[in-house]
Amino acid sequence: MAETSAPRSFQEVILRLQTYWAEKGCAILQPYDMEVGAGTFHPATTLRSLGSRPWTAAYVQPSRRPTDGRYGENPNRLQHYYQYQVIIKPSPPDLQDLYLGSLEAIGIDMALHDIRFVEDDWESPTLGAAGLGWEVWCDGMEVSQFTYFQQVAGHDCRPVSGELTYGLERLAMYVLGIEHVMDMPFNDPAAPIPLTYGDVFRQTEREYSRFNFDQADTEILLRHFDDAERECASILAAEAVDPKMGEANVMAHPAYDQCIKASHVFNLLDARGVISVTERQAYIGRVRALAKMCADAFLSTEAGGGMEEGAA
Amino acid sequence: MPDLLLELFSEEIPARMQGRAAADLKKLVTDGLVAEGLTYAHAEAFATPRRLALAISGLLKETPARREERKGPRVDAPEKALEGFLRSTGLTKEQLEVRADKKGETYFAVIERPGRPASEVIAEVVQGVIANFPWPRSMRWGAGNLRWVRPLHSILCILSEEGQEPEVVTFDVTGIVSGATTQGHRFMSPGTITVRDHDDYVDKLEAAHVILDPAARADRIVHDAEQIAFARGLELVEDKGLLAEVAGLVEWPVVLAGKIEDRFLGLPPEVLQTSMKEHQKFFSLRNPASERIEGFVTVANIVAPDGGETILAGNQRVLAARLSDAAFFWENDRRKSLEEMAAPLAEVTFHNKLGTQGERIARIAALAREIAPMVGADPDMAEQAAKVAKADLASEMVYEFPELQGVMGRYYAMEAGLPQPVADACRDHYAPLGPSDDVPTEPVSVAVSLADKIDMLTGFWAIDEKPTGSKDPFALRRAALGIVRLILENSIRCDLNSLFQLSFVHRLEQFPEVFNVFVYDGDEPSDQLVLTAFGEHSPVDPGKDYFLLFESPRNLYLGDDEMAFLNGEPKPFKLPKPADLAYDLMTFINDRIRVHLRDRGFGFDIINAVTYLGGQDDLALRTQRVEALQKFIDSEDGANLLTAYKRAANILTAEEKKDGVEYSYPPDAKFAREDAEKALFAALDAAEPEIDRALGAEDFGAAMTAMAGLRGPVDKFFDDVTVNDENAIVRRNRLCLLNRIREAMHKVAIFSAVEGG
Repeated sequence: MAETSAPRSFQEVILRLQTYWAEKGCAILQPYDMEVGAGTFHPATTLRSLGSRPWTAAYVQPSRRPTDGRYGENPNRLQHYYQYQVIIKPSPPDLQDLYLGSLEAIGIDMALHDIRFVEDDWESPTLGAAGLGWEVWCDGMEVSQFTYFQQVAGHDCRPVSGELTYGLERLAMYVLGIEHVMDMPFNDPAAPIPLTYGDVFRQTEREYSRFNFDQADTEILLRHFDDAERECASILAAEAVDPKMGEANVMAHPAYDQCIKASHVFNLLDARGVISVTERQAYIGRVRALAKMCADAFLSTEAGGGMEEGAA
Repeated sequence: MPDLLLELFSEEIPARMQGRAAADLKKLVTDGLVAEGLTYAHAEAFATPRRLALAISGLLKETPARREERKGPRVDAPEKALEGFLRSTGLTKEQLEVRADKKGETYFAVIERPGRPASEVIAEVVQGVIANFPWPRSMRWGAGNLRWVRPLHSILCILSEEGQEPEVVTFDVTGIVSGATTQGHRFMSPGTITVRDHDDYVDKLEAAHVILDPAARADRIVHDAEQIAFARGLELVEDKGLLAEVAGLVEWPVVLAGKIEDRFLGLPPEVLQTSMKEHQKFFSLRNPASERIEGFVTVANIVAPDGGETILAGNQRVLAARLSDAAFFWENDRRKSLEEMAAPLAEVTFHNKLGTQGERIARIAALAREIAPMVGADPDMAEQAAKVAKADLASEMVYEFPELQGVMGRYYAMEAGLPQPVADACRDHYAPLGPSDDVPTEPVSVAVSLADKIDMLTGFWAIDEKPTGSKDPFALRRAALGIVRLILENSIRCDLNSLFQLSFVHRLEQFPEVFNVFVYDGDEPSDQLVLTAFGEHSPVDPGKDYFLLFESPRNLYLGDDEMAFLNGEPKPFKLPKPADLAYDLMTFINDRIRVHLRDRGFGFDIINAVTYLGGQDDLALRTQRVEALQKFIDSEDGANLLTAYKRAANILTAEEKKDGVEYSYPPDAKFAREDAEKALFAALDAAEPEIDRALGAEDFGAAMTAMAGLRGPVDKFFDDVTVNDENAIVRRNRLCLLNRIREAMHKVAIFSAVEGG
């Protein structure tokens, strides 16, 4: 196996994962074009894990966690980072083996390393989602989250999706033997213009850390949250039948975009420290309510399996 | 006699669930088999991360044939009754027997149940067990409906017998067909293994790098870890919980040891230990000379060709990142004074009806100050300790490692140069946490611990959140038992009822900062509310009614639904009387102390005889009295006097009932006629002041001795004197004399509660 040689750059780790999962039959999607906190928020996971239709996809998702910003100084923490996400419905019986194969593909030799599946049940209160699975350890370090979805947006998952989430920076740093994320080669170190992760992201980490913690206008954000919430509800309140087309056309995805927006605005407000402990629960509940509404709507669409015969 | 081997092979089972699951598998399968008549000699269950296994030996080959007789309706009973009987037995009318008895003729069903082969019964039972397995959490996967802890992949089920080919017990669980194969270690021995019986299974697994028995895995871990520690001049820090968990994370334990970098050795050992254990499941290695944690042991699941070098390096790297975080917290936390650290607690809600942590700490400090003299602590120091004891809850370290609460507080207090008793109280005021946990003895710790627990109880009593049945979400029983043990084991003299009242009063006194608190003038609420502002009635009178008048949006004490308004105006809300709450709380304490004293060997009746005296709010004294009474009742004098007491009490009760009067006047010696009667008067005259004196001096032994002196005269009185004399005056006087005996003894205990006699 030629591929088990060590990759030389961050992007090579990503490319190998893309190639591997493409070979395993996944649709290789591109990142969702909105600010999200994790790959799970991509509608390719949240919405497509609902309903009965088979689905298989893999993609990189840039993810934002405003509270994790450290101005580019911390060796491991970033407010913007990449997740690699694989979602397969129904979860195949050999998902663990497929996953281990992906680690080999990025150069982790199973004979030399200690791979462990350690209990970690996953829950997303904002999405009303829960699953059972593990965090996967490689030599004591968590390299992935492995989850069998049981519930998403308040709906039981039937069939169950298997979800794999790789924290790309951390995984790549381990594979490449890098101590500080900013030192990690982004492209091939032998390239004519070699770039490190820091060359690409140090500037933005600094800027966004300041913005997230000190500058983001909380009044505007609070308004954005309310707007997104209202827009989401009004999109879904529209008549199911599109008067122009004369047939059903429920706008689950545009509504879900508003749910994503509300969730990110909430994360920013949280980073600004203007949300008290009790308010926190209320905001999370409001986002969850939006996710639930969008899920209900999606399940009534064709892609959600709602137009099939016998669908409720 | 055949043996059964069952294995349920799945994806990784959470370590914490494995032990329980193995025990459940054994119990459910064997119970199921026995219920069908399939008995066995021995059963043992095992778990690894990927499998649950059960080996049962000495099974019957088949269930015994059974003959069952059931009595049906009488022959002349309505047709419906017969139909029902036929349905329930599955027989036809022709198959029933008719037997005659005294009342007539009755149908009988005789059902012959032939023996069933073991494999048939096993298949049935195992399928049922899998379908209904009591996992704490289970899941579905793929498109199936079966629930298991994680996806179930294969089932091995074999019946084997000496000298015969093993038989696969075949069944199908939602598409998983049982067989005779399993798999070895995921990485070291991939591939399928075919198994014949239990011994073969254990051997083949071992060859395939799987140690089936969790105890054997644990033994190997301890053995290897001790060896490797010894070689480095270190010792393994024992941790049974961690050992069980780690043994549940590996099928083939490989122990590797590493060193903690020098830059982290300045961290408190508890921090090193907790960080390593919680995040990485490492064991700690201690240097016996320096007492410091200097190394770690990690347990890998694989024998690597490089001797584990890569694995160890990876783990070491993660450890360094984790400990850097811990060191960062340690540095940051120590930059603040404890007061600064505690400041955010003013904003942290303790419970949505009970205000903030800051308010709670203020009350604990006030109460600890009051308690200090009773426990021999300096009041200033007790107050200071209470104010800082919970500061570490707002520290970065405790936010990261909640289990280090108290421990970190102690370090931070020591770093801040606070007196040692104050620092120790930060750590020790949480104790005792369980019935076997050590009770603090240092006076400052005792004062803060008592105040903390009392405030906890009075708070939840005030909002009527008492434990019910098995529900005790705030661990109030534990707090109450803690109070009992603190008082008894330190022999603290205090009136607990008064302390409860005081705590309730502190709570009320805090209110004016939040609410308008009013007290009624007059005892009864009337239509015309006459309210006086709280401040004019200082100090708070525990016997009075207090009212809240809501004007503030803050919602202390009441849920939203209880916010009461009258015609748009805030309506006064009556608060429970501190004295009533304290009384109710004492009955809760009484239950705890009853159990505690019973566990120490005292009879419930003895404990009750003392408790029924009432006003026994000094728990230490109450216990001394129980001890003395138990000793007395166990003596010959005591047992005899108890008999005499009961005789006197019985006569009195019977005569009082008959006459409809109470003989409670003091008897007069001048009406005494018999010698024994006169002697009893004299004995009582002598004993009563001695009992009073002894009780006054809290010398319960002496009180018992004084009472024991009554035994002879009372016995003689009953031997020689007839109570129911013909002369009404003499009779009444004698009944009053019996009452005097009863009352004299009731000074010591309510003897009617004591069993026997």
